[in-house]
Amino acid sequence: MYRLTGVTKTYKKGRDAVQALRGVDLAIEDGEWLAIQGPTGHGKSTLLQILGGLDRPTSGQVNFDGQDLATMREGQVTRVRATSIGFIFQTFNLIPTLSAQENVEAALVPLRIKPARRRSRAAELLSEVGLSDRLRHLPSELSGGQQQRVAIARALVKEPTVLLADEPTGNLDEGTRDEIISLLEKLWREFGLTLVLITHDTPVARRAQRVGLMQQGRLSVQQETRQTST
Amino acid sequence: MFFTYLRRELRRRMRQAVFISLGLAVGIGLVITVTASSSGLKDAQGTVLHSLYGVGTDITVTKAPAKGSGGGFGFRVPGQKQNAGGGAPTAGQAFSRDVLLAGSLGTLKSSSVTTIGRLRHVTAAAGALSASDLNISGTLPAGGSGGGGGSGPPASIKTSNFGVLGVDLSVGKVGPLSSAKIAQGRTFTAADANSNVALVDSNYARSNKLNVGSKITVAGTKFTVIGTVSEPQGGATTDVFVPLQRAQSLAGMKNEVNTIYVAAGSAADISAVQQAIKNQFPGVTVTTSSDLASEVTGSLASAASLASNLGKWLAIAVLAAAFAVASLLTMAAVSRRVREFGTLKALGWRSKRVIGQVMGETFVMGIAGGIAGVALGYGGAALVSTLVPSLSATVGQSTGSAAPGNSSGFPPIGGAGKLASAAKTISVHLTAPVTLSALLLAVLLAVAGGLVAGTFGGWRAARLRPADALTRVQ
Repeated sequence: MYRLTGVTKTYKKGRDAVQALRGVDLAIEDGEWLAIQGPTGHGKSTLLQILGGLDRPTSGQVNFDGQDLATMREGQVTRVRATSIGFIFQTFNLIPTLSAQENVEAALVPLRIKPARRRSRAAELLSEVGLSDRLRHLPSELSGGQQQRVAIARALVKEPTVLLADEPTGNLDEGTRDEIISLLEKLWREFGLTLVLITHDTPVARRAQRVGLMQQGRLSVQQETRQTST
Repeated sequence: MFFTYLRRELRRRMRQAVFISLGLAVGIGLVITVTASSSGLKDAQGTVLHSLYGVGTDITVTKAPAKGSGGGFGFRVPGQKQNAGGGAPTAGQAFSRDVLLAGSLGTLKSSSVTTIGRLRHVTAAAGALSASDLNISGTLPAGGSGGGGGSGPPASIKTSNFGVLGVDLSVGKVGPLSSAKIAQGRTFTAADANSNVALVDSNYARSNKLNVGSKITVAGTKFTVIGTVSEPQGGATTDVFVPLQRAQSLAGMKNEVNTIYVAAGSAADISAVQQAIKNQFPGVTVTTSSDLASEVTGSLASAASLASNLGKWLAIAVLAAAFAVASLLTMAAVSRRVREFGTLKALGWRSKRVIGQVMGETFVMGIAGGIAGVALGYGGAALVSTLVPSLSATVGQSTGSAAPGNSSGFPPIGGAGKLASAAKTISVHLTAPVTLSALLLAVLLAVAGGLVAGTFGGWRAARLRPADALTRVQ
């Protein structure tokens, strides 16, 4: 699925240059669940953004299914994001003026799916995450856990091959955290997804097949922590 | 999705949307009001000019009188020697003399009218003889007729005069009479060409108690009044209209005219016709309606100048300010929505689509501003029509003198050759008509305003890198 070779990322911050990634080499297989941990500001989110084509590395290769995301044209990367990659954010990032169903539908807009089909697909996914009775609710009318469920439905409605989650439980209480992680695990299995999940939470990370540790822009990945049948 | 998202976003930012729309509305309303006022002022100027030259006249042709042709008053008394010789009254003798004088303008041959009429782009040409009937009567005082040193005629001598215009009856669609309306009686027919019949200005008729069938004396000849005419806006440039041939005969100017009225095929042809006439008749004064407009003074001219200068620039300034405010507010709104747009880009929305969403929102604000602006513009135009008092237009310096160089080409106002008359002032009520073109302009400006704002906002949105947008803390 992913082959990262010598990936670096340097930001300019005023006159200083900040090296967020310092030569990351990483291979992620199809259907794998990789958790990445590490202190704040050590490059976890940067790595996730590069995996998702939201940012480009300063150097190195980001091979995704045979294509180098680092050198692809913007339009092509946008297309990859629209079809193959789903995102979940810590702050949910739902569009505040759109209902739960419309937020999920928004992920299908770039695929030019007819409105009726979009609506039914969105309703199906919301039902899948246990929100069939909240289709018309605005994000402000939903709890944090429910909002993250909507975000998960939005990420999965286009049937992506990869799900990238940036601290999806960071804003949730412990009980809701467990619900969301259980849901993600269930969907990971059902959809056969490749899941890359960033978390500060060790119990959450331990549920992944492999755990990577990001420190000072360098990634070290432990061997498989558990055997999970997919 | 596009419309749902657009509607909800506008509703969420209702206050800002209303503010942007109102800003555009004020600018557009001002543009409509200024455009309508300018249009009304043009109409008013047109009315003034029509009252002078008649509807349909684009060009007038006159000629400065030859030096020495006038004399003291610019008189040319047919068949009589001025102040001299046989037939002249002696001291103590009563006398009465009624003459038709046409010395304030140079003369042109009647054949010139035909020549001009045949020029390219000329649709009609009519000659006219602009003159003044001067009646002097009384008894010459003993001690000579010079009256040397006196500032006016002796008390025993009375003078009166009125304006006479000899009009060509064969051409009705051009010339001063073309703008006049018959108030009583009838107008001329071709059969009247050699008859002693006259049309009288209704104001002149009222003040002199003349009616249809009354007699009026022109150059000692009795004319029957066949009708009274009202000239637009009380223009009253002529008191008495008579057939051209009769005027020529009485003024001793057979086959001569002193003003030629010309209609061009279209407004675009006017300057070509003007040049062609100048080429054909060197030395004549060829005056177009735009030349005449520049001769109009008074509050009408001041208002026209105000509308075209201050009004225009004020409207442009307000509109530019409205565009700038709309653009800045839209950019600010985009800045507040960076995470939202970053999320959409992460979902695979193309920049084009995000820009389209922003522009769609500002487009709707522009349309709303346009509708409100049209309403404001109508209100402003109605206020102008209601509140602005009648404007006065002062045209020309009708001195009646034969001095050459009367380059304005105006036939003397208030009666051709009316002696020492003051410049003519016409009162015009200003209306501010909102034209279809002004409305279209308003709609275009509104849409442009929305799109300009949307372009700035969209440009900002397009420059967002999704990674930056998503890391932005809100």
